Amino acid sequence: MPLMQTLTQKLANPTRFMELSGRVLPWVSAAAAALLVYGLYLAFFASPADYQQGETVRIMYIHVPCAWLSMMIYALIAISSFGLLVFRHPLADVSAKAAAPIGAAFTFLALFTGSLWGKPMWGTYWVWDARLTSVLILFFLYLGLMALRASLEDEAAAAKLTAVLALVGVTILPIIKFSVEWWNTLHQPSTDFTSTVDPSMRWPLLVMAVGFTVLFFAMHLKAMRNEILRRRVKAMRAQAVAGRDRLAAQAAE
Amino acid sequence: MTSFSALVRRDIKLAVREGGAIGTALGFFLIVVSLMPLGLGPDLNLLARIAAGILWIALLLAALLSLGRIFETDYEDGALDILATGQLPLELVAAAKSLAHWLTTGIPLALLAPILGILLNLDLKSYPILIATMLVGTPAVSFLGAIGAALTLKARRGGLLLAVIVLPLYIPTLIFGISAVSATAGPGGVGAAFLVLTAISLAAIVLGPIAAAAALRIQFQ
Amino acid sequence: MDFGPHAAFIWISYAAVAGMVAALVAWLIADGRRQAADLEALESAGVKRRSSPSGLE
Repeated sequence: MPLMQTLTQKLANPTRFMELSGRVLPWVSAAAAALLVYGLYLAFFASPADYQQGETVRIMYIHVPCAWLSMMIYALIAISSFGLLVFRHPLADVSAKAAAPIGAAFTFLALFTGSLWGKPMWGTYWVWDARLTSVLILFFLYLGLMALRASLEDEAAAAKLTAVLALVGVTILPIIKFSVEWWNTLHQPSTDFTSTVDPSMRWPLLVMAVGFTVLFFAMHLKAMRNEILRRRVKAMRAQAVAGRDRLAAQAAE
Repeated sequence: MTSFSALVRRDIKLAVREGGAIGTALGFFLIVVSLMPLGLGPDLNLLARIAAGILWIALLLAALLSLGRIFETDYEDGALDILATGQLPLELVAAAKSLAHWLTTGIPLALLAPILGILLNLDLKSYPILIATMLVGTPAVSFLGAIGAALTLKARRGGLLLAVIVLPLYIPTLIFGISAVSATAGPGGVGAAFLVLTAISLAAIVLGPIAAAAALRIQFQ
Repeated sequence: MDFGPHAAFIWISYAAVAGMVAALVAWLIADGRRQAADLEALESAGVKRRSSPSGLE
């Protein structure tokens, strides 16, 4: 924990963050690319077809990482929101704002790939099983976050209000999952659609999951850098306008 | 305690005087329920099976209509500023307003539901439990809805945004509200679903005002 | 390689993920370049980053 504290303290200064992230980003991106290439090789050439599902099990190697990311990114947003509201960490809002659209994208991909995985397995493009339903609701939570932020002009207020919403969401998420699973057992008492993963598929799945996670960190770092630059531009533009107004006022005297 | 009850009474009076708002919510409830058979067909057996679900969903939508007003009217005329700096902690202000909303909107909607159930051929045996689940579940609707109202106080397109934010929060109440009805339409007494529904409402009553007050404080900065 | 009767589902899934990731990366890079360009333009126009001592926020 002390390590985490000093790390977040060191990164609290935006300039410092820009320095560090600029140096780290190429390495993280390269690592992500390498892991994903290796993972894809494993997924297609080094893992077997499923005896029940056939080749379509290979969709699992991208569906599961997307679903994992959709949850991990929301957790990251929640932690960032906590950091903003409780510790007033200067980069907390940048982190949350940068993560949201990426999280929404991976959530959508989880739903999309889940749907395509489901059609050959269950016969329909959409099934109201507990997992897909929970991911769909998570998607709504992401949309709510982005919609709220977009609707507010005051950036500082938008940051904090979005943070409150993120924390409300993360608090109610376990309850939603619990209620969706309850609901699912009521209506589909027969089979559990989630099967355990065969050992021969675990390693490719792990590599892909780690690769996707590293990919996300690369994207998140880049998005945070962009956001920091965006805020500098905005502040400087405000300075420029203020300067012009002052000159105009002086000239008018 | 007296400032709390004074605030509740004041909000109730305001809501009743502005009678159009409650009436509109009830009217919306009626119209949405009436649209269902028009859209789904008049097969009474089908309607009877899905009646509880239709009633709950229509109730949630109708409640959304009136949620925006919880803080808005006071915010607009400056009364909310006075309440925020007054004796009562902002959490209790939010709780009082949520309670007033439940008393003036949640309960009327819950009481109207069984009457609308006639339109949907709702099984008569289900009436008592339907009323009970709605009375127990609607506090969550008011207290969680207040969070959305506080968050969207200054937002553009506040009404739609409120719905987008708040409807996912209602999902556990919806699921357990309907489970509780169907659980007792068959054999067995009050199911675990009813207890969970109660727990969710109680949690909303305690935690909702905390989140709403946090949002209101940010709005005042 | 024969990917069975449902090969299309596999390809479309992978293509969608690849496409979305590529689009995100492209947007991130383009956005970064745009912000850096804006920043340079402002700096060369003489706008300073820190607010002046007269205290206009």
